Amino acid sequence: MSTIDISPGDVAASLALVAVAVGIAAWRQTDLERDIGIAVVRSFIQLTAIGYVITLIFEQDNLLFVFALIAVMVGFGAFTARARARRVPGAMLPLVIGLSLAAAATLGLVVGLGIFEPKARYLVPVGGMVVGNAMTASAVALNRLGDEFDDSAGRIEATLALGATAREAALPAVRRALRSGTIALIDSTKTTGLIFFPGTMVGMLLAGADPTDAVRLQLILLYVLLGSVAIAALVSTALAYRNFFTPAQQLRELP
Amino acid sequence: MLFQIESVSLSRGQKPVLDRFSALIEEGATAVVGPSGSGKSSLLRLLNRLADPDSGRILYRGSPIAERDVLALRREVMLVPQLPALVPGTIADNLTYAAKLARHEQIDGDRALTDAGLDPGYADRDTAKLSVGEQQRVMLARALAVEPRVLLLDEPTSALDAEATAKIERALSRLRRRGDLSLVVVTHDPQQAERLTDAAIKIEPSRPAVGLAT
Repeated sequence: MSTIDISPGDVAASLALVAVAVGIAAWRQTDLERDIGIAVVRSFIQLTAIGYVITLIFEQDNLLFVFALIAVMVGFGAFTARARARRVPGAMLPLVIGLSLAAAATLGLVVGLGIFEPKARYLVPVGGMVVGNAMTASAVALNRLGDEFDDSAGRIEATLALGATAREAALPAVRRALRSGTIALIDSTKTTGLIFFPGTMVGMLLAGADPTDAVRLQLILLYVLLGSVAIAALVSTALAYRNFFTPAQQLRELP
Repeated sequence: MLFQIESVSLSRGQKPVLDRFSALIEEGATAVVGPSGSGKSSLLRLLNRLADPDSGRILYRGSPIAERDVLALRREVMLVPQLPALVPGTIADNLTYAAKLARHEQIDGDRALTDAGLDPGYADRDTAKLSVGEQQRVMLARALAVEPRVLLLDEPTSALDAEATAKIERALSRLRRRGDLSLVVVTHDPQQAERLTDAAIKIEPSRPAVGLAT
């Protein structure tokens, strides 16, 4: 199997297309130049740092370090997602529980079924991928949940007035939020291989792996991702909607 | 006595809405009148615990509502909001939905629609195609379908034209004569209060309010 040797100069050269994006943003006055700049600098610093951390963890090959790293990812993921869910009261705990369950279920499954050995080299990238996708899905779901409660407060209270429980009154909003959170991944899973090649497969092909192996591994990851993202969105939404209500099944007055 | 409201205070955000408000509401039809922003709708929401007061207490038929099962209370003391908030589907779907939520096993849909001033033949109509006045009457029918003992009506005609208002008022007048249902109607229109109810509670804004059923 051939390998690819990448120099820091190659990485710098890839910024040429970013320069094009900045140029277009400035030309069309979209005010995105600063955000693109921050994204480039942050991704460079974060990936370089995590590269060193992962190297250290791979060398130790101690599962405690793996769990610690994934716990940090869950914490950062929940913190980032909470910023998108500002209108959901007390969103942090549901997000932490949702992301933790998604990571635990996925890693438990791939190790339990013997797909991967319980080693840092496998668990760290899979865990990172799951937490990242679960974070995005939960953030979208809770963002939509906040909008739904904002827009449909009258309808929700009218349902409570009929003697419905908080769960019954929130159900349509929760359903729409869950759908919003998971639809992007469901659609990308539907079109995978036709419209885009997912990252793992691209990485393996670029690294010279057999295409059949690349496809099989990608399928495993797609399926566990689909499940874990659904778990994260479901758990975080199912816990977060309760914070809109008082124990007396009243719609809480929000600031 | 239907409701005893004892020195109830309520604020929303930092703004005081009701300040040591007391009132008695008898069985029958009672209006809650006062200008916009005086706290009429907030008071109505306290009566079936869609909100709780900051202080004071409310008794329903002699017992504090805070000690009652909140869902059972709302199914017995049913609030019809100011604006229609129906679920997508037909009129019949909405009646069935209300019955399911209120754990009311059998409904007499035809009677509920007639009592709300709607033709029972309308049951299969899509609610999205109804006028606001018709939707408001479906809201009324939806509440009546689960046979509450008290109806709380929040400005039932505020969004309606004269013709639709007359139809709602005719329906409410028929309900008032039925005898087995008490009505508490929030309105900013004193004439409507006289037409529809036997007694009135007046709420004045920005001072401690004390209302008595007259």
